[in-house]
Amino acid sequence: MERKFQHRQPPSSEITPQSVYLSRREWLKMAGLVSTASVLAACTPNGTLPSSTTTSAAPNGSLVDEFGNPANTYKEITHYNNYYEFSTDKQAVARLTENFQASPWAIEVGGMVHKPKTYDYNELLKFEQVERIYRLRCVEAWSMVIPWTGFELNKLLRQVEPLSSAKYVKFTALLDPKKFPGQRNRLYPWPYTEGLRLDEAMHPLTLIALGVYGQPLPNQNGAPLRLVVPWKYGFKSIKAIIKIELTDIQPTTLWSTIAPDEYGFYANVNPQVDHPRWSQRTERRIGELGRRETLMFNGYADEVAPLYAGMDLRANY
Amino acid sequence: MRHPTWMRVIVHSAGLFPLTLIGISVLRGSLSVNPIQDIEQRFGRTAFYFLVATLACRPLSTVFGWYALLRYRRTLGLYSFFYASLHFFVFAGLDYGFNLPEIGKLITEKPFILLGLLSGSILLALAITSFDWWKKKLRRKWTYLHRLVYLAGLMTVVHYGWAKKGDLFNLRGDILYPVLWGIMIVILLIMRIPMMRKFTSNLRYISNKYR
Repeated sequence: MERKFQHRQPPSSEITPQSVYLSRREWLKMAGLVSTASVLAACTPNGTLPSSTTTSAAPNGSLVDEFGNPANTYKEITHYNNYYEFSTDKQAVARLTENFQASPWAIEVGGMVHKPKTYDYNELLKFEQVERIYRLRCVEAWSMVIPWTGFELNKLLRQVEPLSSAKYVKFTALLDPKKFPGQRNRLYPWPYTEGLRLDEAMHPLTLIALGVYGQPLPNQNGAPLRLVVPWKYGFKSIKAIIKIELTDIQPTTLWSTIAPDEYGFYANVNPQVDHPRWSQRTERRIGELGRRETLMFNGYADEVAPLYAGMDLRANY
Repeated sequence: MRHPTWMRVIVHSAGLFPLTLIGISVLRGSLSVNPIQDIEQRFGRTAFYFLVATLACRPLSTVFGWYALLRYRRTLGLYSFFYASLHFFVFAGLDYGFNLPEIGKLITEKPFILLGLLSGSILLALAITSFDWWKKKLRRKWTYLHRLVYLAGLMTVVHYGWAKKGDLFNLRGDILYPVLWGIMIVILLIMRIPMMRKFTSNLRYISNKYR
């Protein structure tokens, strides 16, 4: 796991706009990340603030994933978002989410558990916070490398003590057409729901993200908290979660309800199993001109392939 | 009758306006962070809008008596072909780097890409035969051949709707616009049926007479 935390010293041209720096610092203090976050070049010993902003097109060499792929810029990560609760236009989401109120926020964890509990957002910051530089592969065949901050979902699940009969975890996002204009569109079975098998949810790679680039999760990325399952297509990583339930039946999900033949429950990144209408063999990494070959389980096969040993991945797409 | 200069200026300005906008976006760097897909989709959408405009000329002329429109059908159709070609070359060249084996696989495996290609092939055939020389040579056949433009319109709507995340046939997901455009094309097609054409032109005649 250590190799996921490999960092290079970021150049000062990178980093965060000065305007968000102070609020970010406070948030990081609460999250207990200040001492560990090497993303925080703004906290360099000389204490100078970066003069340029992340909106510059300067190539990002500051953070890399375990293969040495550089992380995408903050601008790229926050200006190309699939968030159908706001818009189907990936470029419009950043603007439309500007006034979204992600606070106060609470998340209810219940179902087949011994100790159901509703967590206030601040309580979530008390779980051990980690940084992970993960690849995100969208089912639309583009991808990014994103430095998330958050905590392993298994930490939360252990605290509520799942019953031995629990087999699945169901995630539900907020349903509020006043906050989410896209939810007025009746062509979608709102609210957004997603699910994982319990062993997938307990896997140490599975993250609840509370931040990006060491700052609180931007609204367009699913503020205040979202799921990140890096070996599955992006749509599995549900945003703005308000409820986590443990169950013994496979949960229905928004996308598998819309088009069951196209969006399966597992949705593992798999270059050999195409989406019925488009190929999954290749992808475009945002910021690159050519296309890359898509990797099995998005490059996390060593870690997660054992979860699916003996399963027909074509039938369980 | 000669085409009035001002009408030609309007039509060609409309034809080149989208290209100018896309060019400005490229120069200013204001495309999305996925610029190739952005350009690809903008060319595709523009080609489709010009195709719908081409299809709308005849029904509009019948209903409103704007017969002058008929003289610009060819120009509008050629602009549709122009943007469809750009759409194709961005897909094949910029997006897939002319990787012919991969493109071949995509075309044979993915009906949505095949449909786009078929529709583009129709537009290519119509563009080649758009000259007066072909019109004179083919006579009636030319008229029949150029009715294929409606088939191109229908295939393009499905091509567009199939590229979206949703289920066109179950009416679920991101399919509202493809469905609305599809309805539009079907209406334009229905208005071409001789009976409907006669009905609408009679209607206009009566309404003019008793005005």
